[in-house]
Amino acid sequence: MNTMKLSLGPIQYFWERQRVLEFYQQAADSAAEIIYLGEVICSKRRLVKLEDWLAIGTELRQSGKEVILSSLTLLEAATETSSLKKLCSNDEFMVEANDISAVQLLSAAGKHFVTGPSVNIYNGRSLQLLARKGLKRWVLPVELGLETLKDLQDLRPEGLETEVYALGRLPLAYSARCYTARSHNLPKDDCQFKCIDYPDGRLLKTREDQAFLVLNGIQTQSALTHQVLEQLPELQALGVDVLRISPQYSGTLKLVEIFDAARKGNELKPLNEKLLGLLPLGACNGYLVEQAGMDYQAEVSHDTQKVV
Amino acid sequence: MELVSPAGNLPSLKAAVDNGADAVYVGFKDDTNARHFAGLNFTERTFEKAIRYAQDKGRKVFVAINTFPQPDGFQRWKTAVNQAADHGVNALILADMGVLDYASERWPDLRLHLSVQASVTSADGIRFYHENFGIRRVVLPRVLSVSQVAHVITQSPVPVEVFGFGSLCVMVEGRCLLSSYATGRSPNTYGACSPASHVRWEETVGGTNTRLNDVLIDHYGDGEKAGYPTLCKGRFQVGENTFYALEEPTSLNTLSILPKLKQIGVSAIKVEGRQRSPAYVAQVTAVMRAAIDQCMQDPDGYLPKDQWMQKLAEVSEGSQTTLGAYHRPWQ
Repeated sequence: MNTMKLSLGPIQYFWERQRVLEFYQQAADSAAEIIYLGEVICSKRRLVKLEDWLAIGTELRQSGKEVILSSLTLLEAATETSSLKKLCSNDEFMVEANDISAVQLLSAAGKHFVTGPSVNIYNGRSLQLLARKGLKRWVLPVELGLETLKDLQDLRPEGLETEVYALGRLPLAYSARCYTARSHNLPKDDCQFKCIDYPDGRLLKTREDQAFLVLNGIQTQSALTHQVLEQLPELQALGVDVLRISPQYSGTLKLVEIFDAARKGNELKPLNEKLLGLLPLGACNGYLVEQAGMDYQAEVSHDTQKVV
Repeated sequence: MELVSPAGNLPSLKAAVDNGADAVYVGFKDDTNARHFAGLNFTERTFEKAIRYAQDKGRKVFVAINTFPQPDGFQRWKTAVNQAADHGVNALILADMGVLDYASERWPDLRLHLSVQASVTSADGIRFYHENFGIRRVVLPRVLSVSQVAHVITQSPVPVEVFGFGSLCVMVEGRCLLSSYATGRSPNTYGACSPASHVRWEETVGGTNTRLNDVLIDHYGDGEKAGYPTLCKGRFQVGENTFYALEEPTSLNTLSILPKLKQIGVSAIKVEGRQRSPAYVAQVTAVMRAAIDQCMQDPDGYLPKDQWMQKLAEVSEGSQTTLGAYHRPWQ
């Protein structure tokens, strides 16, 4: 069985330009084989432009990385459609479609593409249809679990790669409204780029102080970090090709090292302990075991880890 | 502009037809539709009666099959498609591309509409479903401003339906997982958001707590009217403030912009609320019928009547209404 590859998903937050550049300089030396680049949340975040992403991508490719450009998830303005067309017509890198609009543009142009976690592929018929349109790799929607993944792997067309969102706060929802701006009592059109102050998103707690969600501009994420390290043997057995690590503001490359050690067969329990110490607010993995996404099943159920 | 009203049962369907709906949309009694609630929706037998009642009066019936089947349940979605087609449905409202693929192959002449749950907000996205499955109408998510809707209409290969009234989803439909994050069940997988099975009302000293799978969604003081704990409409803490961080309990109401919607070429206006009572369906349908008729006759002289606004406010969440994303400052 092939070793699973590691990918770095697109940065979902709004970071300073310098921080983005540094992050990818470091990522060039990491164990991640695949790197997704681009702004997927808000078209007003323009500290790093398409030309910059192309330049970063070229450097990463020279370091031996497979580079994919990720598209905006929620399209509203006509200018966003124009930017998407520009992105999809680039001849350098494959594109990750995060909306069906990108799927249409890429398939009409006869290009291969990846679909991100926000493209709804819930059954084999969808998978087969998109494979005919040029799909090369798909990311399992985050709310689906191992049982459905197993069924989908059985139905997946030959040559199609499966990627799983393996670590990161969960992308849960997208809106016309900017919640970060709203939390500062500002309208979206005058947001003052408040997202820059929250490089891991802005925490939303219940009135009992339970860390529940994170506001990231127009996106809502989980406050807990979804992580599947302990399910690695199952994912490997199901023939998953790629594990995605979604960047957080600090510690991301250490997380890549942990996943790298895990896929090479090192003992999971101590790695998991180390991983939990790197997360902003704690872990969840409920979706993978067909539970509420916020749940965390700490026990390792698979045979290879039955340490009593 | 066609008026499309909701019905969760036969009395509601009759109320919609009798109060002037051009079309009524319904769902079957299972997880194939996004209002999968106990005691709601149609069996094959009541569906047959519904179709006959509406079509005898020259109205249409649409069936929403707009959730996302996983491999082990796909057969249920096929059954729903076939059942609706066998009984002469006027159109299916579909979201999942696997189901669209099946329906367009098995029933090539059947009219297909793209559900709001397909989450398509651009003409390129609409083109995907038009070219691959021959959809003949698209329902747009409630995330676009009026000028953005207008732009999509100028580029779209098919007519556009928009929401005109009802409970407001503030997240783009079809890509909102808040409910499954908290409960394991989402509109996509289960056909329900913030499902009643996970709701708990808790009397406390000084008020009422509303919980969803134990997560505190809101707390109401004594004398404050407690609302249903829909996840995106609770009060939470962000920074120093406790407030409706995502959205207030409020309903969408487009009466004030109907002439604008007509002018930009909207083809149909949808009313949300298959889970609501026949009285709600009757009241909202009657108001929307009167408003659309007046708007069509005299768009320049049209003004929403106070009486209409009052009637709609009575059946709105938190008794308040909004233009939502249609109105840029809301965003």
